Order: sequence, then C-alpha cells, then structure tokens
Amino acid sequence: MIDPTMPPPPTLPTNYTAKPGHLKTSTGKTIRTEEMIINMGPQHPSTHGVLRLEIVVDGEIIVDCIPHIGYMHRCFEKHCEQMTNYQKVIAYADRMDYCSAMTNEWAFALAAEKLLKIEVPERVEYIRVIMAELQRIASHLIAVGTYGIDSGAYTPFLYAFIDREKILDLFEITCGARLLYNYIWIGGLSHDLPPNFIEQAKDFIKYFRLRIKMLNDLLTYNEIFVKRTAKVGVLPKDVAINYAVSGPQLRGSGVNWDLRRDDPYSIYHKLDWQPQIGKGEMGIVGDCWDRHIVRMREMEQSLNIIEQALAALPEGNVKAAIPKRIRPEKDAEIYVRTEASRGELGYYIISDGTASPFRVKARGPAFVNLSVLPEITRGGLIADLVLTAGSIDIVLSEVDR
Amino acid sequence: MGLLDQRFENGNVFITSLDNLLNWARLSSLWQMQFGLACCAIEMMAASASNFDIMRFGVIPRSTPRQVDVMFVAGTVTIKMASRIKRLYDQMSEPRYVISMGSCATCGGPYWEHGYHVLKGVDRVIPVDVYIPGCPPRPEALLEGIMKLQEKVRRESLAKKRAQEV
Amino acid sequence: MTAHEIFNILKTKFGDALIETKLSAAGGSASIGYAMQMWISIAPDKIREICLFLRDDSAMQFDYLSCLSGVDYNNGTLGIVYHLTSMVYKHKIVLKTYCTKDNPHIQSVSDVWGTANWHEREVFDLFGIIIDGHPDLRRILLPDDWEGNPLRKDYKVQEFYHGIKVPY
Repeated sequence: MIDPTMPPPPTLPTNYTAKPGHLKTSTGKTIRTEEMIINMGPQHPSTHGVLRLEIVVDGEIIVDCIPHIGYMHRCFEKHCEQMTNYQKVIAYADRMDYCSAMTNEWAFALAAEKLLKIEVPERVEYIRVIMAELQRIASHLIAVGTYGIDSGAYTPFLYAFIDREKILDLFEITCGARLLYNYIWIGGLSHDLPPNFIEQAKDFIKYFRLRIKMLNDLLTYNEIFVKRTAKVGVLPKDVAINYAVSGPQLRGSGVNWDLRRDDPYSIYHKLDWQPQIGKGEMGIVGDCWDRHIVRMREMEQSLNIIEQALAALPEGNVKAAIPKRIRPEKDAEIYVRTEASRGELGYYIISDGTASPFRVKARGPAFVNLSVLPEITRGGLIADLVLTAGSIDIVLSEVDR
Repeated sequence: MGLLDQRFENGNVFITSLDNLLNWARLSSLWQMQFGLACCAIEMMAASASNFDIMRFGVIPRSTPRQVDVMFVAGTVTIKMASRIKRLYDQMSEPRYVISMGSCATCGGPYWEHGYHVLKGVDRVIPVDVYIPGCPPRPEALLEGIMKLQEKVRRESLAKKRAQEV
Repeated sequence: MTAHEIFNILKTKFGDALIETKLSAAGGSASIGYAMQMWISIAPDKIREICLFLRDDSAMQFDYLSCLSGVDYNNGTLGIVYHLTSMVYKHKIVLKTYCTKDNPHIQSVSDVWGTANWHEREVFDLFGIIIDGHPDLRRILLPDDWEGNPLRKDYKVQEFYHGIKVPY
C-alpha cells in the first residue's frame, strides 16, 4: 500500500560524504583519518527525553548534528479533531508540555474563548496569571535542575525539586493534581482558590526569594559551570529570528521580545515586570550561560508578578462565563499565541460550526527551538553538545506533539 | 542451574536459606534504568528527589542497560520507540524486571482510541511484572509499585523453573 | 500597518497571484488587539516570491514566521497556512495557499525563513503535500516506512507495523 506518487525515502544521512583527511603525528608519520558517525540514541541520560542525535564527528569536533524526532508523537492534532467537545481537548493540551501544563491549557482556552467571543470575569484572569507564573517557576526549576545534572552537578537538582514540591502543593490544594491539572477551562476555571491559598502563596514567595539566591550561588556563578557554559553554543541574533526561536532562548541572544508585553493578552499590562535579556556577562551574548541566567532572572520576575496579582485579586465567580454549549461559527479560525515557559506557544483553530474542532494546529516552542540545534553546535565538542541541547530546554512531547 | 534442579527439586533447608539470602540481596538493590519517556518521567524524577527519595529502597539510576535490574517504562510508548524498547530489554541481563508506570504504558492511556502512533500497552513488546495505574501516578504510587515488585522477588526460588520467555 | 494596507500593497505589486482575501468571522475584543483574522490567499507557484518580498521590503519586514500549518479541507483540497509577524513593526498577516489532492505540490519557503524547514517536513509527513525545492524532504515525526498520511480526513490506520498491532 505504498503510495507511488510519494518520493522514496532517501538513505540517511542525507548530506554526508565521508571526508578522509591526513593527520601528521609528532614523529613525522602521516595517518589517514576519517569522519565518524556517532548515535546519541533515543535512550540517553542527557538528551532530556527520547531525542535521537546523529552526530558526525571529526575526532572530537562536531561536523554536523542531525536530530531525529518523532519518538513521542502522540497524535495530539488527530485527537482534537475526534473529540466531541472543545472542553475535552484541555486534558490533551496539558499533556503536550507536561512540565508546564497550566500555560498549555491557558493558551488553548484563550484561543477557544476568542473564537466564541467569551469575556471571562476579572477574577479568572488574575487567578490564571498567578497559576501560569507559578507554573513558569516550576518549569524553570526542572530546566535548571536537570541542566545541573548535565554539567555534572547533582545537588542543584535536589534543591530545585524541593522548591518545586512547594509549588506542586499549592496546585494540589487548588485542583487536586500535581502535574496534569485540567484546571483552566474554556470560560473559567474548574475550582476556585481554597481559603488558605493566598497565605501559603505569600509564604512561598518569601521563602523562594532566598532560594533563588542560593541556587545562583550553588550553580550559576560556580566556576566550573561558568567555564563549561560561557562562550558555548552561541546563537546569533539574526539566526535566532530567522529560525523563529522564542522564549528564554531568544531573549538569551539579546532580542528584547516577550509576548506578554509585545502581543499582550490577559492582564499583564496592568502589572509591573520586565523581560530579562541576555547581555553576555560571562562570555558572548547568546551562549548557554546567558540562557541559563535569563531563566533564573525570569523566576524572580514571576515572583513579582504573583505578588502583585495576589494583592490586586478581585472577588467574583470563576464559573460564571463557562458556556453550556460550545459551538463556534462556521469557517471561523483564529491563531492565538502566548508566552509559555519555553517560548511562543500558539494554537491555530479552524472551526466548521460543530461542537468539535475541524483542525487544531499546536505550534510548540520546543519544536522550533530544537530546529536551530545543528546551527549552534557545529564546530564544537561533543561535551558542549550535551550542554547546548540542555540549554534549549526541550520537552519531547511538545516537540513531537 | 540444571544440577540444582535435579538435586533439590522440592527445596530443602539449604536451598531455602540460599533463596532468602539471594532474594533479599536482589530486592534491596534493584537498580533502575535511567529511562523516562513522558509525563510519568517527571514523577519518577520527583520520586528520586528528596521529598520521596527512591534511593532508600536501593533503587539507583544507571545509564546502561547492562547494569540494571529493573526498567521503569514511564510514559507513552510510541510505535517508533517500541523496537528500541525491545532492544533495550534484550540488552538487560537476567534477572530482569519491568515496571509499567502510568496508564499509557499499561494500555495506551488517554490515547487508546485515536492514537495511531501510540503502542497500546508496553506489554505488546516486552513482558511486564508490575503495572502502576495513574495519569500520572503519584510518587507514592511508584514506591508502592516497587514494594510490590520486592514482594514478587521475595517469592522467587532457585529450585523452581522460571517461565520461559518466547 | 493594518492587514488591508498590506493587501493593497501586495495587490498592486503582484496582481493576479492573489486569489482572494477575507475578513474572518471571529473577531476579538478590541482591548486585546487580535488583528490576525484577515487572510490573503496566494497561488501556489507564487508563494515563495511573495514571501521573499514580505521579508525584505523595508515597510513590511516580516522576519518571523510564527506558524506554518497544513490543512485538509475535506473537499479534495489541501492547503498550507502561514502566520507571519514583524518584530520591527509588530504587525501580523496570514497567508494561505491551496493545492488539490491529485497534484499536491507547493513551493518551499525554507530559504526565506529557516524555521520553515522542519514545519514543511511535518506537513509532508502528516498531509502528503510535496514541497518543491525543499532541501531535505523526508518524514520527521512518523517512521520512514509508515503508510499513509494521518492528518488527512480519509486516513485509515494500518493494522500491523512490523508485527506490532497498531489499533487497540
């Protein structure tokens, strides 16, 4: 049943021809060298999931790096078409980027609300912002902790996960789940905040400001870490924009672009916060250290946002605007993008007038951020490849959807 | 193994004491393969962090399949990944166990109906010893799954023939 | 620049390559500024030229390709939708091209924006649209010997793949 009109698959790798070379040894002899293909297979402790990298090396220097993805392709877009209701897609949307589920749900709910022209109450907006920023901190903690493991430091991982458990406690008292919530519904939320949430959140903010300083002292300004990440994996500004990179990776290259400010949604324009840009403090602008420090500083900014949102939280009913029947107009379509933890998360929804979507395209930021990996690892060492791939902060199920 | 089968078929005090010793040694140090697929992998990482601390059960993550006793299949197995999991399972040395963590690895999970690329349960390619339900299971559920596996290991014996794997 | 102005400039420069344009039914709350609803439909053999113009022209400077999606319209036509953004001027535009299922060929824009490389491979994988001029057209998400294009509306799941049963 192979379709004859499709071109046959090429033999892999596509652009590779072995280049023999000659190496002169210290005794004056000449030995013949050749490039080698190494496979960092889908099971690897440092690839952050099931990513396969085919690396062409000349000795220890990388000539080319070809990522192979698709090992976590879970057919999200097909499920969206088959679901009988837009609300049912929320449960699949938060499994797309599991480290940062609240932002996924929010982006889809925002897209559906625009399509249906629903205005949510202000209390819902404030709670969504609080949850999304808490989730951003939790996601960056996973990124920072596993990045420490990549560079050989195991302790920051343990410290980061202790703090993350406190955030997951906050989520658990609100909606009952630790990782995948189904909390942000189209038109509102599934539960209102419990009575002790604000108190516990304020305690967490006070506690976490000191922990950020401790994580910085432990990992970020550690001499070994700086030596391994500064000047490594440099992503120039124009390459980043051409490859549509977004999120901390784009801001680490010095581009001042944050969708919460430049394509505003919800109530971010009422709060006082700053996007963090990489300045090349330890090396070159756009290296791995810059991306790491952007994440650390973004966690501090998120704390500011949560503090202001908690202070300004209005009263209201969080379920007031949830529609009983979700039926958008025929041939209506919309593309909505939000600033998720990893970058620009966009949903393009086409509706055909029925209760289930006609086509949903999820633009995952990790998919696009990963496509730039061959460009920034060329010419580096294999050890640098591990750190560069870790600094992109990919989540494979968002890459593959 | 054949000599022990013929001489000590019904088990005597020598075999029982040896069994107890070997089983206790094995269940107290079940080394796991550092292999997380999807969302359940984050809960597995949380289980190995300080709050739940899987290491007090003797479970240490190792990167290579040759040195491990148990493989946690944590997350959705896709058809593209299925042959690689089979290869990893073949590379593990005996005695080897598999814990299928989460509902995706057990039966395909939420993707069972329309997922064309999702393997509906990892037991279609490798034999599984313990199934842990949940989406994702809490770290405490993972610890209970390990304890169930430890009970299973405790019941093993040198004298009894192990099931032949096809 | 609003979408109408961009459309007028394109119409004067490229004329009949633009097939139609439409203000989509979904509006948006005026305070949140979602002006992305107007789309411009382009003939499939002119899309690369127009994209190059949109990227390089000093008044437009659409240097950021947000999203490239394939669509199966369930009436024998397939299509690709491009969502472009300008980081300099912060305006947005939506482009669409179409092709038929019998002759699914669309030009590649992967040399205009580097991000289109992987997006077009995904469209080829899941829809079967052959992208002309793509440097490396092969499946990206599914295995290389998978049969069929899953996101088409008439897709049937295969029973077995190398001995593994695929449906439940």
